[in-house]
Amino acid sequence: MLKYVIKRLVLMLFTLFIIIMMTFILVHMLPREMPLEKNLQAVIQQRWEALGYNKPVLTQFWIYLKNIFTKWDFGTSWYIAPRKGAWEVLENGFLPTLLVNLYSMILAVPVGIALGVYAAIRKNKWDDSLISTLVMVFISVPSYVYAFLVQYFLYFKLGWLPLQMYSLADAGGSYFTWKMFTSMIPPVLALSFGSIAHYTRFVRAELTESLTSEYMLLARTKGLTRAQATARHALKNAMVPVLPSILSEFIGLLSGSLIIEQIFSIPGVGQLYIKSLNLFDYDVFMIDCVFYTFIGLLAGIVLDLSYGFIDPRIRMGER
Amino acid sequence: MADTKVKALSPEKFEFVNMNTRLTDVKFDDKPIGYFKDAWIRFRKSKAAVVATGIIILIFLFSITAPLFTKNPATFMDTYYAKKGPYINGLREHGIANGAVNRDFSEIGLIAKVAIGMGAEDWEGTGKVTLEEGMASEHQPMISISDPYIQIDATKKEKKYYHGQINAYAEVGFIYKSVEQEEFKRMQEWEKETGLHLLYPLIEDNNYTPDKSDANYWFKCKKYQPIYINEKGKAKNVEYAPGMVLEDNYKRDAEGNAIKWEYTGGGSFDTAHIKVRVLYRNYFIYKNNFEPQYLFGTDSQGYDLMLRLAGGLRLSLLLAVCVSVINFILGAFYGSIEGFYGGWIDLFMERVSDILQGVPFIIVATLFQIHLATKVGAVPCLLFAYILNGWIGIAYRVRTQFYRFKKQEFVLAAKTLGARDMRLIWKHIFPNSLGTIVTSTALIIPSVIFSESMLSYLGIVKLGSATTTSLGTLLADASAIWTNYPHLMILPALFISLLMISFNLFGNGLRDAFNPSLRNVED
Repeated sequence: MLKYVIKRLVLMLFTLFIIIMMTFILVHMLPREMPLEKNLQAVIQQRWEALGYNKPVLTQFWIYLKNIFTKWDFGTSWYIAPRKGAWEVLENGFLPTLLVNLYSMILAVPVGIALGVYAAIRKNKWDDSLISTLVMVFISVPSYVYAFLVQYFLYFKLGWLPLQMYSLADAGGSYFTWKMFTSMIPPVLALSFGSIAHYTRFVRAELTESLTSEYMLLARTKGLTRAQATARHALKNAMVPVLPSILSEFIGLLSGSLIIEQIFSIPGVGQLYIKSLNLFDYDVFMIDCVFYTFIGLLAGIVLDLSYGFIDPRIRMGER
Repeated sequence: MADTKVKALSPEKFEFVNMNTRLTDVKFDDKPIGYFKDAWIRFRKSKAAVVATGIIILIFLFSITAPLFTKNPATFMDTYYAKKGPYINGLREHGIANGAVNRDFSEIGLIAKVAIGMGAEDWEGTGKVTLEEGMASEHQPMISISDPYIQIDATKKEKKYYHGQINAYAEVGFIYKSVEQEEFKRMQEWEKETGLHLLYPLIEDNNYTPDKSDANYWFKCKKYQPIYINEKGKAKNVEYAPGMVLEDNYKRDAEGNAIKWEYTGGGSFDTAHIKVRVLYRNYFIYKNNFEPQYLFGTDSQGYDLMLRLAGGLRLSLLLAVCVSVINFILGAFYGSIEGFYGGWIDLFMERVSDILQGVPFIIVATLFQIHLATKVGAVPCLLFAYILNGWIGIAYRVRTQFYRFKKQEFVLAAKTLGARDMRLIWKHIFPNSLGTIVTSTALIIPSVIFSESMLSYLGIVKLGSATTTSLGTLLADASAIWTNYPHLMILPALFISLLMISFNLFGNGLRDAFNPSLRNVED
């Protein structure tokens, strides 16, 4: 097992390295512009020289890597938060993104699993077909459509919730106040519809498969009631693929949803990506790219590895 | 017992059946059912998939034939008629597609709107048009007006309010235009030919004009409050009541006739432009030779929303189909070679696709856009981004199928008979993987449609020009203003949702048809 984990991690680092290099080269081929302010210009000039911006791209990349490993320095933001470190800027985006997505997951996972189990138990009855039809609709409709619907009904029609997320200052300087929480409800809802449908479909498919397995027949023959057999045997087996996907989605949470963050103006990682792109704040853009890649790869690995932990017979990615 | 029965039949009753004919195998009357035919039969049985296919076909037809339903040219744009609702002449009388917007009016606001219809009836500048005549005008913006209700405003004064429906197109009313002298002559001739009224009296520039640039205030006002001058020479407020007449504020010459045009400064006497006040609806007809009619209304910039939607749908569908076909081909090649040869070739190719798969799509799309969009255009860039790692899923499936089948007896048999590698791959093994990859290819389509709309919504891909647009761009344009103009948001969102649902159902139908064992199992 350990050997397998190490092998996967090494491969992941290798992939990450190559992707970072490609992204770095592509980003640094872009023309750079100086800000208009005179004082800032001198500072930037100095900084760029230290980073080797007049040297070949590969030398720049080497300096970039060296700075990361020796000083955890990912470059400097010049526009979004002038003269702040890129890492610091990214760090500020973690919490709002994480919170919104975490709340959405806390809502979606139990509801999705419950609906999925219910649909599987009532397979081919009217309530199952109702749930399946709704799941199809909810999975297909893009998340931004939910965002508009939520905004329309909860803000314009009923006036219960704010249109967009409050800024930190408005909500009392913390992401954990009640006011902030209420303003997070609309994006949380908009995110949840799709993922509830996703979990429902997933759980239903897995559970119907295990409900028709032969061990279920054995369980019934040895005298368990249907409920007992379902809870003890079918559900456990059905969760084998579901739990890893929840776990990997949990990792993926950090990268957030670009479009939801844009619509509800959540100051998170996704909005940072769009902002840095529009303002040509390349160091921030670069670190955001690195971060996205890292999270994506990590989520994949966690998915594969957790299969092994939950069911030791499975080794994903091995032949 | 048995003996007695046999005895009852006498041998003469027996007769040879096929004495003179040769017995051979009978050829089947019905055609053999192949893999695809079988899949098609199963697909037809799934009602949802068939309905979804129908919807997809309808949307496709709409995207292609939409220009036939309207006289508006494809890139036609009119900024005065931007963000308006549906408006069609024939349907207008029936209360649908009449460009109606529900709104609350203060008394002053209501008079200002009603006055547009009254002014439109008064092309001579007599100033004697009554409210009733104005309400009967075809240029009257107010469709219906409720009884007044009283509301107390911030200064604790009682104010009358009216609830009403207003035609957003007629609301544009009059505008000022500065035209060349040649064109002015053409306008006058056009008026004579068609009998429609285009030129209206100019408005006096005095204290009674609240807004000099607004051509709709043709009546005397004091700070937007309509007034009339009574016998004692004092200004009195006009009240909204039956028989209301507004006191006009037209420019008049010495004889008291209303002036319809005047020279504006600049140039000599021959080249100076002429300032006129025109009724916009008729000016539109004069300029374009067709009436303003929009089945779905207009978008935020003034394009025909139906044409924009059709254009966006066309782009989405074209892009999605291109991406899925190209990814199908690439994935099939890559996966076949990987799976067939195995060994170090497989190992190496697998590493390459692993690395490519690790690149988040959003980053690929962004980098392609900022590097290449100006050189090759936004749409090809988008296509490249989808192709860069979109084929990996298909290649993976093909590879798995090759591992399953390449050691089986029929392949060995073909090999023994001397079949070459290429023949083994394409003729014998690859067709076995077709079922799975057709399904995953079909499911690429909705994901492309979604991510394309997302990228254009976020502005990462910039697609909003006169000739191309995307559903995402339409939504992004509407996102700040859609609460006032809901159709700008509802229609694109509806179309994209419908398209996504249909394609997903279609894909699921295909999957069930090709792999009946996978029915209701998600992968």
